[in-house]
Amino acid sequence: MIAADVVERVLHEALRRGGDLAEVFAEDRRSTAATLDDGRVEEVASSEERGAGIRVLCGETTGFAYTADLSERGLVEAARTASAVARGRTASVQEAPPGGSRPTPGAVRLPPEEVPTADKVALLRQADDAARASNASVVQVSASYGDARRRILVARSDGVFAEDDQVRTRLSVTCVAAGDSGMQTGFESVARTAGFEVFDERTAGDVAGQAARRAVAKLAARPAPSGMLPVILAAGSGGILFHEACGHGLEADHIVKDASVYAHKLGELVASPLVTLVDDGTMPGEWGASAIDDEGWPAQRNVLIERGVLTDYMWDLVRARREGRAPGGNGRRQSYRDLPMVRMTNTFITAGEGEPDDIIASTPYGVYVAKLGGGQVNTATGDFVFGTVEAYLVENGRVTEPLRDANLVGNGPEILRRVDAVAGDFATSPGTCGKDGQNVPVGCGQPTLRISGVTVGGTAGGEGAP
Amino acid sequence: MTRGLDDGSVDLGDVARRIAEMAAGPEQVEAYVARRRETAVRVYDGAVESLTSATSTGIGVRVVRDGRQGFASTGSLSAGGEAGAHAIGSALAAVLDAARTNAAFASPDDNGGIAEPDGVAPADLALWRDETVATPVADKIALAVDLDRRLRDADSRVRQVPSSDYGDVASEVAIATSAGIRAATRRTSCHLSASVLVGTGAETQSGTGFAVGRAPGDLDAEEAAQDALDRALRLLGARKGTSGEVTVVFDPRVTAVVLSVIAGALAGDVAVKGRSMFTGRLGESVAAGHVTLVDDPTDARAFSAASVDAEGMACRRNVLVDAGVLRGFVHDSRSGRMAGTGSSGSAVRGGYATTPGAGCRALVLRPATRGTGRGDGAPPGTGGIAGTGGSGRDEILAIVGEGLYVQSVTGVHSGANPVSGDFSVAAEGVRIAGGGFAEPVREVTIASTLQRMLASVLAIGSDIDWLPGIAAGQTVAIEGMRMSGR
Repeated sequence: MIAADVVERVLHEALRRGGDLAEVFAEDRRSTAATLDDGRVEEVASSEERGAGIRVLCGETTGFAYTADLSERGLVEAARTASAVARGRTASVQEAPPGGSRPTPGAVRLPPEEVPTADKVALLRQADDAARASNASVVQVSASYGDARRRILVARSDGVFAEDDQVRTRLSVTCVAAGDSGMQTGFESVARTAGFEVFDERTAGDVAGQAARRAVAKLAARPAPSGMLPVILAAGSGGILFHEACGHGLEADHIVKDASVYAHKLGELVASPLVTLVDDGTMPGEWGASAIDDEGWPAQRNVLIERGVLTDYMWDLVRARREGRAPGGNGRRQSYRDLPMVRMTNTFITAGEGEPDDIIASTPYGVYVAKLGGGQVNTATGDFVFGTVEAYLVENGRVTEPLRDANLVGNGPEILRRVDAVAGDFATSPGTCGKDGQNVPVGCGQPTLRISGVTVGGTAGGEGAP
Repeated sequence: MTRGLDDGSVDLGDVARRIAEMAAGPEQVEAYVARRRETAVRVYDGAVESLTSATSTGIGVRVVRDGRQGFASTGSLSAGGEAGAHAIGSALAAVLDAARTNAAFASPDDNGGIAEPDGVAPADLALWRDETVATPVADKIALAVDLDRRLRDADSRVRQVPSSDYGDVASEVAIATSAGIRAATRRTSCHLSASVLVGTGAETQSGTGFAVGRAPGDLDAEEAAQDALDRALRLLGARKGTSGEVTVVFDPRVTAVVLSVIAGALAGDVAVKGRSMFTGRLGESVAAGHVTLVDDPTDARAFSAASVDAEGMACRRNVLVDAGVLRGFVHDSRSGRMAGTGSSGSAVRGGYATTPGAGCRALVLRPATRGTGRGDGAPPGTGGIAGTGGSGRDEILAIVGEGLYVQSVTGVHSGANPVSGDFSVAAEGVRIAGGGFAEPVREVTIASTLQRMLASVLAIGSDIDWLPGIAAGQTVAIEGMRMSGR
């Protein structure tokens, strides 16, 4: 993207006024998107973004500027702007190792840029047809396809020179079903760090069928109960809970500022011994996977909680430097226009040993969540909320009636201690994580598990017991 | 991108016009060109943690051919980075070509197409302040340092101030179309915001506060600090509330959030597709008789005020719910054609890289109180709709008597559905007893449906505060919500 000698001169310029470390992050992102709504292909869009963000670190201060002009002149100008905060001693620019670091990107069998647009649009038609064919009460279908190829280059004055080539492909379908009780929506998506081969494993019709089924099931749904109840999360349905409930609180930017409920708790039992929580950017194909993070550090597997004991936090470059330790591959940014910060990659609870059916059978009354929607957490208090998009009542050890959408609220540390059954199955689901206005793709996962008590925010009266 | 555009030496309107004039034959072309200058300062513990300053430019081009729409955008106008008119010219041609190619794959749409000028003149709004761009960065940093300091010194229970931020954006947009639209707008905005953690013993609570304006001089750091602090301190000692039916009083920030969800259901493009709880209900009663909802982007006080919409049409005042009756939706050109009403000047877009859709910019509830005589504080002589003046938080708490003051809600993106109307969010706040604040409450959900909530509005405050976003903040009381907690 940028020649090595140009990078070196830009790094020198960035450190001319002083500073400890300078970095050039260059990005070239090309994407295609197509949407279908109401039976029509409404739009096919393509976009190109190319530019570089330049950081100068000086003590605890970061200066940052970005430019879409990748010429030497444009980069030098951005370097000067970024260096406005710098003063004092100037670090030297170390030569990058020959050839730099070129981690092997994930294998992409069918690069989306080589797939005809007509084939991408055809997926939307398949989704529309499948959803409408699946049930007469499906009245609206919208489908969205997207692919992106993101090439990045990270070059730093400490000798780091790394590149990655990331390809992501997704399809999502939303159905609206209408019945006597009004309208209900159902959503399903497939999203992988991979090429168009994604649809060999999972067809558009399958994704659409799932979305339609969810919408239709809710037509007959009764209002969700309200009050504190046992909640069973089906495998892969609710990794978002752990992403929100504990993942964010384990990000080192909150930790070093003492702004997380998990600060000062390394080595302590913070969860049920059934809980092992891992963040792993290396999982092939997962939505949050990459070869390197956006600071040039290789993606890695980080065990955060092991059998209930807090073992580590997640680290980016700035926070790791401050603590005199190595980063953990968790420095990510939405684009070259954003500063990197500590972010999750693929975050999941590892599988246990029980049988999913046994967990249901041993629950007299509660809620079985087949799919969670989005969530949110206050990292300082640990209080979180997340919504159900497919949930059922559990009565006498059996999954019975579908429930209307409701939010669940709780407190992260409390919920972790209340995990009282973990099955041996496992599944993941993709998501988009927003933090400080930046969105990045992440994966979430868990086996089927039960939390002994979560506050369910339905509209039906009555406390826990039937 | 070329240096010319970055420097501001190339006129955005000229670039937009050049693209629009490349339209061939019956094809329709719309060019949206945007330039954005931003400064972002984050301060931690009295020192600058990060300072960002940059300018970016981008172009989005919509082509409609035989009713088929294609779109392409670029934030990189010159592949090699060379300057010069020739490079700009070929970059413009490339993005137009990409949009044309994409159009071939879309379905034909009788209602498709770019906006038709309707002769409505844009309001003359003062949304740009040179001062925002001209203020030295050091002064902007000083504002955030001042906010950080105020919070750290404010109270012995302050444990941490994780971040104090100053940010500003100066944006310029030019729109030109083959239908003859030539629009150019510019605006500045800036904000101060901070979060604070307070605690006693093992307990920690957090609060955020902010101040917004069009220029740094508008920002009141004391107001932002006090707001953050009040919100955090108020929650100390909060316990999970008890389940049951309650009358809630929404803090202005919460009202703005709820109105934003309702705005989603008032968007014409959503409504014409049958995907709104308001679809098919024009002329029907959708809210209590004293509820009037207006979207007026021409009110310059509104944070998202605008003279021209995202398709280049003049923004205008639209009354959407009048005395409880649904009177209209906000439309962009396409949904306006589908509805048979024409555009209401309500096209919005997320930036140059997205296509327009219909949306509200400045939704506000007209102040009113339902005259039930409930509570000691009900205004005298209210039969039906009460007077519109003077009711703020204290008056509304007095009217309500017993209930829950909701200071903040979370989980709105998952818990509020503008299609079904289902509404279930996490809340924290303070129990209302005897017409005033009692003990703080946390970790509860409040639930209802948006339809029922609109029908159960008890009082609408006149304490209108134009918060960042598309809806006004004002104190509102709603009866009969389900609170779930202990």
